[in-house]
Amino acid sequence: MAAGILTRVSQALWGPRLVGAVLAGHRHTLGTAAAAAKPSAPIDDTGVKEKILNFPLTQPDFFRLSELFTIKDLFDARVHLGHKKGCRHRLMEPYLFGSRLDVDILDLDQTAEHLQRALNFTAHVAYRSGVILFICRRRQYSHLVETTARECGEYAHTRYWQGGLLTNAPVQYSPGVRLPDLIIFLSTLNNVFQPHVGIRDAAKMNIPTIGVVDSNCNPSLITYPVPGNDDTPAAMEMYCRLFKMTINRAKDKRRQMELLRGISASA
Amino acid sequence: MAASCSRGVRSLLWNYETCKKGLCVSLSRTCLRLPVRQICVSASVWRKNLAAAGPKKYTEEFIKKQVEEFEIGKRHLANMMGEDPETFTQEDIDKSIAYLFPSGLFEKRARPIMKHPDQIFPKQTAVQWDADRRPFHFLFYTGKQSYYSLMHDVYEKILAIERHQDKMRNKGLFTSDSKQISLFGSRWLVKEEMEELLVENISDQDYMRFIQLMERLLSMPYGSLEEEFVQKFRRQLEVQSSKQEIAPLQYDSQGIAFSVADGRRKSAKASITLRDSGSGNITINGRNYLQYFSLLQDREQLMFPLHFVDMLGRFDIEGSVEGSGHSSQGGALRLAISRALLSFVSEGEVEKMRQAGLLTADPRIKERKKPGQVGARKKFTWKKR
Repeated sequence: MAAGILTRVSQALWGPRLVGAVLAGHRHTLGTAAAAAKPSAPIDDTGVKEKILNFPLTQPDFFRLSELFTIKDLFDARVHLGHKKGCRHRLMEPYLFGSRLDVDILDLDQTAEHLQRALNFTAHVAYRSGVILFICRRRQYSHLVETTARECGEYAHTRYWQGGLLTNAPVQYSPGVRLPDLIIFLSTLNNVFQPHVGIRDAAKMNIPTIGVVDSNCNPSLITYPVPGNDDTPAAMEMYCRLFKMTINRAKDKRRQMELLRGISASA
Repeated sequence: MAASCSRGVRSLLWNYETCKKGLCVSLSRTCLRLPVRQICVSASVWRKNLAAAGPKKYTEEFIKKQVEEFEIGKRHLANMMGEDPETFTQEDIDKSIAYLFPSGLFEKRARPIMKHPDQIFPKQTAVQWDADRRPFHFLFYTGKQSYYSLMHDVYEKILAIERHQDKMRNKGLFTSDSKQISLFGSRWLVKEEMEELLVENISDQDYMRFIQLMERLLSMPYGSLEEEFVQKFRRQLEVQSSKQEIAPLQYDSQGIAFSVADGRRKSAKASITLRDSGSGNITINGRNYLQYFSLLQDREQLMFPLHFVDMLGRFDIEGSVEGSGHSSQGGALRLAISRALLSFVSEGEVEKMRQAGLLTADPRIKERKKPGQVGARKKFTWKKR
């Protein structure tokens, strides 16, 4: 009952896009989210729409994303390699396994857990047709990230970040623009090794963020940090591949569910 | 649904983005009827609101209506002028409007015009997102989607060429002397033309980056594969001398070729007749040029065009000049001689003469005197206190 009120409150106050974050954050409410009522469904197929949107929230790994990667894959892609001891950020210390010859090693068990959570959240957002924005300010991987975004039908921004893109959106674009529902940072630093302005802006505009944080990054304002290497091409290609597969899977699942429920509703 | 309706008063405190009709009805029944008062807004507030709205936006229907009105108006105008409505061109429209509405205004842009609405109303980008408000373009959130999409495509082509190079190397067929695209006689698009192409504003640095990327594409060994794509961003340079109007050569009764030309400098007007197979005699206003121009500088001006094309002793020059002083008269005669020479000289020589400045009329005139000063530039004596 308390969980039901919690979901209704969260939907009413913050809108549908943060529901996933709130629910995923409160792991104990995952199993009891069935009582939520979505106010904006059309009158004829309210029940069907509700079922389509709420059924995935009843299971912990609805999209079976744990099959997408193993810890061995992460190791082979060199995700565990951090920067030197001198570049270490104080807040990244909990995520470090240790340090070898002055090079920080990230704990792949924690990384796997965080990555699973992040991918699950992405899948749920993509399932509910949310707008996902990929950000990476590393020039080496700019083309790769833009190609990934284009192939999964989402959006990318790997260029110079103009000040008011999120905070002054009606003026920068046109009035009535829709802001992204999720921002994925494939590298949280910009070209001068400072935290990307988008992290702070997303936090200001209540947009959940996923970020690949290296051992020299600040994981504070990011909703779903994923401790991992953001310098090696192998690691970046792996992240792009994983996010693309997650988003495509979620969209396919949504289409499948709509077809199935559409058939069962009309029958 | 029923449960939330019954909590009508408490739900007043919550802000829903999408409000159901039933919910609104229940709210109006439960809440008190407050008196509605017309709030009078002052003129200064209106002005502020107008400024914040930005440049005026025209809807598609409005533009379509304007186009229809223009077409109908064009036909009416053709009928009025007694012309055929089917073959009434924009030039005819301009002439008719200038005839029907004569205007003495100096500023050409302030005079009455009748042009197609596409040329009057500025081009606007259409709505960028679909029914769910998801943007169409994958780089929408960068702000400059066309420009960055273009950069993305060019980089993609560079990568494709590199992969092609690697394939050729693997097969052992790599040649670094494959044909390069000829860039002679064309130029890159100017920044304004780029902005027109992309329908977006770009900065100088963006433009420079784009040109650097294209140069990089062209410098690669197999760059000629993308010739078609590159030529889209190049414009042919017109040879300036082709715009010169050269009068055809005339022949007199004895079969001797001659040409006539005019020239002006300040307020001096000169007219020249250049006769072939002569011996270099120059007559001005009936007198010999040595008598007319006592100064060497003026005589040099007369000889410069002939000396430049190495035809000093070939022509007989007969000229008349009036107005201004001796220096301007010399300059006017020089321009007239150069123009007359064009008919006797080849295309390449014409271009050389143009580059030497012989065919350009000197635009300098006497600068006007300004009030508060002695002359055009000289000021009155300046006193410190």
